[in-house]
Amino acid sequence: MSGSWILSALLILPLLGAAFILLLPGETEATKRNARWTALFATLLTFALSLVAWGRFNPAEPGFQLLEEHDWFSHAILYKLGVDGISMPFVLLTAFLMPICIVASWTIENRVKEYMIAFLALETLMIGAFVALDLLLFYLFFEGTLIPMFLIIGIWGHGNRVYAAFKFFLYTFTGSVLMLLAIMAMYWTAGTTDITVLLKTAFAPKMQTWLWLGFFASFAVKLPMWPVHTWLPDAHVEAPTAGSVILAAILLKLGGYGFIRFSLPMFPDASLYFTPLIYALSVIAIIYTSLVALAQDSMKKLIAYSSVAHMGFVTMGIFAANTQAVQGAVYQMISHGLISAALFLCVGVVYDRTHTYEIDAYGGLVQRMPLYAVAFMVFTLANIGLPGTTGFIGEFLTLIGTFQSNTWVAFFATTGSILSAAYALYLYRRIIFGVIEKANLRSIVDLAPREIATLLPLGLLVIYFGVHPQPVIDASSASIETILRGVEHAMTATKTAGL
Amino acid sequence: MHETAISLPVVLPEAVLAFGTLALVLYGALRGERAYNLVTEVSVALLGLVFILVVAKNRPMGITFYGAFADDAFTRFMRGLALVGSLVTLLLSLEFMRSERIAGFEFPVLILLSTLGMLMLISANDFIALYLGLELMSLALYVIAAYRRNDLRATEAGLKYFVLSALSSGILLYGASLIYGYAGSVSFSDVAAAVHDHRSIGVLFGLVFVLAGLAFKISAVPFHMWTPDVYEGAPTPVTTFFATAPKIAAMAVLVRVVLTAFPGITNDWRQILTFVSIASMWLGAFAAIGQTNFKRLMAYSSIGHMGYALVGLAAGTVEGVQSVIVYMAIYVVMTLGTFAAILSMRRDGRPVETIADLAGLARTDSTMAFFLAAMMFSLAGVPPLAGFFAKFYVFAAAIKADLYGLAVIGVLASAVGAYYYLRIVKLMYFDEPAKPFDRPGFVARGVLGVAALLIIVFVFAPWLLTDAAMAAAQTLF
Repeated sequence: MSGSWILSALLILPLLGAAFILLLPGETEATKRNARWTALFATLLTFALSLVAWGRFNPAEPGFQLLEEHDWFSHAILYKLGVDGISMPFVLLTAFLMPICIVASWTIENRVKEYMIAFLALETLMIGAFVALDLLLFYLFFEGTLIPMFLIIGIWGHGNRVYAAFKFFLYTFTGSVLMLLAIMAMYWTAGTTDITVLLKTAFAPKMQTWLWLGFFASFAVKLPMWPVHTWLPDAHVEAPTAGSVILAAILLKLGGYGFIRFSLPMFPDASLYFTPLIYALSVIAIIYTSLVALAQDSMKKLIAYSSVAHMGFVTMGIFAANTQAVQGAVYQMISHGLISAALFLCVGVVYDRTHTYEIDAYGGLVQRMPLYAVAFMVFTLANIGLPGTTGFIGEFLTLIGTFQSNTWVAFFATTGSILSAAYALYLYRRIIFGVIEKANLRSIVDLAPREIATLLPLGLLVIYFGVHPQPVIDASSASIETILRGVEHAMTATKTAGL
Repeated sequence: MHETAISLPVVLPEAVLAFGTLALVLYGALRGERAYNLVTEVSVALLGLVFILVVAKNRPMGITFYGAFADDAFTRFMRGLALVGSLVTLLLSLEFMRSERIAGFEFPVLILLSTLGMLMLISANDFIALYLGLELMSLALYVIAAYRRNDLRATEAGLKYFVLSALSSGILLYGASLIYGYAGSVSFSDVAAAVHDHRSIGVLFGLVFVLAGLAFKISAVPFHMWTPDVYEGAPTPVTTFFATAPKIAAMAVLVRVVLTAFPGITNDWRQILTFVSIASMWLGAFAAIGQTNFKRLMAYSSIGHMGYALVGLAAGTVEGVQSVIVYMAIYVVMTLGTFAAILSMRRDGRPVETIADLAGLARTDSTMAFFLAAMMFSLAGVPPLAGFFAKFYVFAAAIKADLYGLAVIGVLASAVGAYYYLRIVKLMYFDEPAKPFDRPGFVARGVLGVAALLIIVFVFAPWLLTDAAMAAAQTLF
């Protein structure tokens, strides 16, 4: 068990940073500066440490690695951490995006200390959710994210922030308490909440159905799936830029991660039973929310709806339950994590200058902001799924995977790709091209070095993993094979019963 | 368990408390109003001493006074908890009583008498001892509910509480007499033996009446009507007391009665408790939404929390009892912390009580806002705070007992209830600051800080509470 402290260190480091910021006195300019630098330093250190963890991680091994275990409530409910090929990329993604978020938040002037503390606490909770190997511990981190995110939207948000914060909190909380009941039922059945044990526990098919529904209630809201996605556009529009980035890039992925980690391998029979439902909801999400995105007046809302549509590919891929599709779902989540983060940062760039999200308030930005136009173009094309970007790999893999199990679903989902090109390019045209007509845009300035520093790493990764997807696929494939074994078994059983 | 006719070592804590209280009454009567400070301080010390005696491991356990008084791990835990509630209430009351000029030595003495009643109530092992303890506790409560006797609202609250509570005591007594009539004994264990193999309609009526009487004391729906008025009308330290110690005592004896006197008819009392629990959770969740007075809001909050605790009891298993104990322990800490915050809400030397007064507290007093926000998230049951684990335990017990419907209804109520706790966080963090509060007293700030710390660090060492609660629960089975 080499490196068995490393995951705990990943959880503690951001908290240490937060504790240090808490001790900074007063609200002077110097305090604000120190708080920013401390947060940046803590998140960079966490990222470096996550790379160390990645170095010690062996992608060829399908099981959990870097294990760490202590008694918590009793011998049955544990403090147990570990990563496998599915969680490792998400840990890296989280640790990678946090410093970018801190840099993107450099211009926040209002209650800087609390802001940085909230983000650092959020980082601990998000990483914790991905590395937890005990179901109750997972729930703790999963639900714990609500507190900092509620405050981030409510304190540093814009406009109707209070409404958005409440809606975000109450939607997610309601979904999650039902999952909590399912967790309890599993605890009494298996006698433990250790995920590695639960993965080997065979739950009775009837029970699986109820447990699956409990988990579904939580993850469907979190992801979000149609029709429980309505909190997302509100939360995105009102959240500050970095809040939107975290929300879209990581918090949503917790839902997809949950489906892959729990629903699929632990309840294979129920997953099979509910696949048509998931397909239906996914296809509706892909087509309907793409159409809704087409009609938006606000940039942030448009990207929020586009997120819902992209998550439709993820759910579709996960429950198609074959290697390509699930790999595609994981890839799509990582890719969307990078692309949506970048898109929200791009929106943040112009919002900082003009303080509006209205698409009509822009036009002709290419005249004054050539660098910005290039960056926005790269991420728009990636969002559409142009070959050569990560967006393509994810969508393509989920579509071929789904095609094997259900041709019609894949057919309808493909139309979503066309719609995504429509809304994304339409948005790009309205904002970037044309002549500058608005007076306040005549003096707008191009990307500052700080903004380039946030967008450049994202752009490089989107293109690098777009042409060279192998590292991510290699890392996750062994673990995905393990997860799919149970589902394939259930499928064979159903087929035999049908014959 | 070791049973003796009369054993003084077993009742040593109660004896110390009784004689100490009498001595303080004498001293106060001789010295008059000036005695307040000394009497209160000695009372706090006395409660501390009794607490140590109650939880001391080397004192013998047993049943004594001809089976009327039981001293076991369960009663020790609950008595300790009730004592903590009384002790912290007294500490919190010092500053308030002085600044409101209602500092009379009667107040600490009445708290002591009421606490003595609670200790007897929790340890009661037959219906006569139960009634004696209950009445001693309640009579003192009647007086302190109307303690601010020149205040219209306080008098109304006191009168309302007195009339309703006397009625409920009567109902309980009638139920106890029915049970005696049909089971042939007042002792819990004899009743259990009689009811086990012979169930009659008379015993059932008796059971319903006894449960109604106890439900009144823990302010569970439909016997909750007095709670909002008394919470709002009484001076805040009195409200703090009402919200903590008597609730623990009544909940403890409720657990004891149903499990030791009626283990044979679990399904009968489970129906009643399930209904009471659901009604309390939902009324607590919805009625609190529209409240503007913080104390009134806490009244509905406490109604809801009693509903959650009853979920564990409805399970009727050892895990269920454990969950009730865990719930009450965490509930007491959260309630004491929240009321310490309410006591800190003073502006221009006057106490203020509406939640709107908290607006922008994060700007004017970020420490207090942080602590109070932790309390609110914990009361709402958001992990990783202690309030989440309290709810986790009761619902897990319900699931294990196959009470799925109750569990689903309960967690949904908790999602509704989260709204009004969040509203307070919203006022403190999202809104523009109002005029800052006066500098809070040292004790109130200290209690709030300690409570918040306990709520936050609970997650790192939960076994300290849950293992002790399990040991206590096992003595009832």
